Amino acid sequence: MTVNLTLLVLMGVLFAIGIYLLLERSLTRVLLGIILISNGVNLLLLHTGGRAGLAPIYDPEIGAEEYLDPLPQALLLTAIVIAFALVSFMLALIYRSWVLARQDELADDEEDRRIASYANVHDTEEDAELATETTEFADDTDSSGAQLLNPRRGTDTVDAAAAVDETDAVRGTGDVQGSDEAWTQTDARAGVHPDQLDVTIGAGRADGPRRKPPVDPDADPTADPDVSADPGAATDPDPRDGPDPTEGGQR
Amino acid sequence: MNTELLNFTPLAVLIPFFGAGFAFAFYRNKSAQRAITVGALVLTVILEVTMLSQVWNGGAHAIHLAGWPAPFGIVMVIDRFAALMLVVSSIITLCVLLYAVGQGAAEEKDDSGPVSIFYPTYLILVAGVSNAFLAGDLFNLYVGFEIFLTASYVLLTLGGGESRIRAGVTYVVVSIVSSMLFLITIGMIYAATGTVNLADLALKLGDLDPSTQLTLHVMLLVAFGIKAAVFPLAFWLPDSYPTAPAPVTAVFAGLLTKVGIYAMIRTETLLFPGERINTALMIVAALTMIVGILGALAQADIKRMLSFTLISHIGYLVFGLALSSIIGMAATIYYVAHHITIQTTLFLVTGLIERRSGTSNVLRLGGLAKISPVLGLLFFIPAMNLAGIPPFSGFVGKLGMMQGGIAENTWITWTLVIASVLTSLLTLMAVARIWTRGFWRKPEDADETPERQLMSKTLAHSRAANKRYLPMSMVAPTATLVAMSLAFSVFAGPLMDFSRAAAQDMYERTPYLEAVFGPERTEGVREELEEFAATFLIDYELDDDGAADHAPVETSLQPDDEDAVVVPEIPDGDDQ
Repeated sequence: MTVNLTLLVLMGVLFAIGIYLLLERSLTRVLLGIILISNGVNLLLLHTGGRAGLAPIYDPEIGAEEYLDPLPQALLLTAIVIAFALVSFMLALIYRSWVLARQDELADDEEDRRIASYANVHDTEEDAELATETTEFADDTDSSGAQLLNPRRGTDTVDAAAAVDETDAVRGTGDVQGSDEAWTQTDARAGVHPDQLDVTIGAGRADGPRRKPPVDPDADPTADPDVSADPGAATDPDPRDGPDPTEGGQR
Repeated sequence: MNTELLNFTPLAVLIPFFGAGFAFAFYRNKSAQRAITVGALVLTVILEVTMLSQVWNGGAHAIHLAGWPAPFGIVMVIDRFAALMLVVSSIITLCVLLYAVGQGAAEEKDDSGPVSIFYPTYLILVAGVSNAFLAGDLFNLYVGFEIFLTASYVLLTLGGGESRIRAGVTYVVVSIVSSMLFLITIGMIYAATGTVNLADLALKLGDLDPSTQLTLHVMLLVAFGIKAAVFPLAFWLPDSYPTAPAPVTAVFAGLLTKVGIYAMIRTETLLFPGERINTALMIVAALTMIVGILGALAQADIKRMLSFTLISHIGYLVFGLALSSIIGMAATIYYVAHHITIQTTLFLVTGLIERRSGTSNVLRLGGLAKISPVLGLLFFIPAMNLAGIPPFSGFVGKLGMMQGGIAENTWITWTLVIASVLTSLLTLMAVARIWTRGFWRKPEDADETPERQLMSKTLAHSRAANKRYLPMSMVAPTATLVAMSLAFSVFAGPLMDFSRAAAQDMYERTPYLEAVFGPERTEGVREELEEFAATFLIDYELDDDGAADHAPVETSLQPDDEDAVVVPEIPDGDDQ
């Protein structure tokens, strides 16, 4: 079987980038990864037909080996349609996740976290708080404000929601003091600049028993991880009433 | 065998599909939608039971769609194994549907989500599963997988609440990755052999270079292993399943992973028979059992606990199919049917517990046995069955696998036998913990604040509340499933015989090939294949010429009045 080298290289590149993107925590990147991988697979299926040939329309004067094998193209077509449906479904899921939780990240399984906390264990790699830049979609002011208030934003959904709440409250009253306070408190607790927070918390906790994550003093009570982890209450947490018209919704 | 009747096999896929279309067309009229859905499934069950009775006595039958001959056209193949899976799966889905209808009627007021989507999607799920069971070529198998997976994405995220979306994203991404892997493997197999027809592959794959064979084999198993939730690839399952509504979780837990197992069994018997990677599979099986059940012991939520036992019991199935002996495979087939029923039943019962008490967290449960003895009974039987306590069917299946393992008598099979005994005990411990906490202790003794619904003033009060919380329309389907699981124990003898015949067919492969290609082409390879299949028959007693091969399984639980049961004798003539 002969294979077109250009297509082969292209396929490899698609797979490589696709797998890289798939490993990201951000959902849109995961989706892009899936799209690239599925295109890579489609190219692979195309390869299996062998080298290019004539269209498979029967002509008695043409030998069988001159034709292109049509079966891979039939498979390919089906695969494209299926991938298309799945990608649109994923998009809908991601949008829904964004509407509900204001985040473009894969959230942790809270029940898992709770069970792990029973055992009083801490895995440096697993449990390190991720200080991530949350999303590409929020207003700049919003995201920066929320990050100042709560550097852990994005590690669990309720927290992130609470952080947005806080930002609203701060902006509403014009109380800039509040955010400063929160920042300094977080600083004092961790003893470092927020940028390095993730590393230090992870390392600091590795030897000691698992500590309750710091809670901002003026945080919404629902941000308490114990309350949010309760499965009884977690059945369908009240979706935040749609996107706030003042932020992100009308851009 | 009346082959004309079997020509209606594709209807097993078509009826649910058309039902879905009509149900969707009537999305405004809930009762019409319900009637169409239930009607379509009842028809499917009748059709599939007829088909099972047709193939009970003999071999396989292939339907060449649109009349195209085998390696070129699409074939659907129904043999004993496929027919059994079809019947069990459609009875399960019908019971779960009735349960969902009951639940929908009970929760009409707090309308939870777009129910008009539920019925059509559910039927599409059934169609996809049937298609996967009947698929005669790899690509059709892939399409079957995609149909039911896509339906399952919709069902899992039904209502679009936050926790379901979160769980749904993980589930969808993992499933898509496994499908991509499957598709890549299909491409590679086509490049290597020039066909995707399973029967054709069975003849051609053997001629490939051994290392190529190994690569393709492992890739297929990994792709199916993700779907079947085999150990290192199983962590998506307890994360995603418990968030769905009870009927959806029940049907997912019962069916979807088993389709993965079905595909693995086909891979191991039809495409790549032999003992090439059996040791690796057994190590994986042991890890699946142990890690799964240890995870279950750590959980406080019943649904999550059951999800972990699901993983751990997938380990048994992998063990059985890795034995590569007819007795091991027979036990596996029996165990698959048993486990589909049990796991579904347990999730349905958990749904009832959740309705009665308002939570499925055992830390907040108590006193259920006193409040509702029926619920206690409905939980107790399948729970003991899951743990494999004699005389239930779980015991019969596990015994068969251990028999196979002991007969093979290598260090790895002995390890597996020990691991499976250990897993059984730990399963018993896990379900006993639910039982003592949820059912036996008083609600006041609960570790956390018990649910208010459990704290009625008097027993009479709470018994009266049962009627409201546990409507007959939900209890009856659950009870039917419990009865079905008991039937597996009562008719263990004939069913085991049937499974052994199915296993014999699958290892011999001639019935399958003959159905697809017709006798002429099969004749050339028949002798070779039969010789090959003979290596899978293990002689337990070396001096009696194999006469007592399957004796332990036959004698252990055979009902005394077996002759009263109208079951035709299976002329397998292989082992006597």
